Amino acid sequence: MPVTTMNGREVHVNDEGFLTEYDEWDEDLAKVLAANIGIELTDDHWKVIRFLREDFKAQGETATTRRVQSVGGISTKDQFALFPKKPAKKMSYIAGLPKPHGCV
Amino acid sequence: MTSDTTTPPAIVPNFDDEDQEGRKLAIICSKGNLDMAYPGLILANAALGEGVETHLFFTFWGFDMIIKSRMHDLKFSPAGNTAMHLPMGGMRMPQALAPLPGVQPMATKMLKDQIADLGVPEVPDFLDQIVAAGGHLWACRMSADMNKVDETDLRDDVDGIINASDFIELTNGAQLLFI
Repeated sequence: MPVTTMNGREVHVNDEGFLTEYDEWDEDLAKVLAANIGIELTDDHWKVIRFLREDFKAQGETATTRRVQSVGGISTKDQFALFPKKPAKKMSYIAGLPKPHGCV
Repeated sequence: MTSDTTTPPAIVPNFDDEDQEGRKLAIICSKGNLDMAYPGLILANAALGEGVETHLFFTFWGFDMIIKSRMHDLKFSPAGNTAMHLPMGGMRMPQALAPLPGVQPMATKMLKDQIADLGVPEVPDFLDQIVAAGGHLWACRMSADMNKVDETDLRDDVDGIINASDFIELTNGAQLLFI
């Protein structure tokens, strides 16, 4: 696993750059990750990110966009507006989680 | 110029691949059985989640997916489907039993439960999600005429009823799937 330096410290990432260690993430790092892909985090973004973090802790896997809507209560439309084009990947990247495995 | 070791640049995923730019997918949904409704919806949803412009074209039996009075009630029949296995022991369902009364409702309920267990929405909800994600729904002119239905009978978010030539024009440069 590659190690990269972000926000002044070393973090473990996979070949694509997704964090691989749940506990190496914090909210300051999320801002850096978001900036890496051209997103400035607003309160609405944080709502999604915090849901993803909590849900991963409980479920052991990253929520799909469907689950972010049905359980997290953030509509599909809003997800696409907040994380344009590729919401599932962008949300999980910023939340320091793996890409979702589910199809839907 | 310093000779000390510099920090390597952070590995950042490339979410905006140029080769994906302008990619377009069109899926022709021609089946109205519950099991055959899903492949197109799942792929459309996945394509939209990857930033691909996606069009669904409903034709023939696939029309039932967008007719308001029918879309909530798609069925699954094991008749003619030799890959249907019983929930216990994985035994094949004997084809002689498939047409018996009660088998189709039972099989439909089983399939719906299995799909719901995976957190996958029912067909009308799934289409809502696809439209919310920016997908386009098109209805086939000939199927509308055959079924004697017009826009008022279809989901309100159907972009339009179009003919075969319109579809060919619309899908210029698109990747095509026929289901």
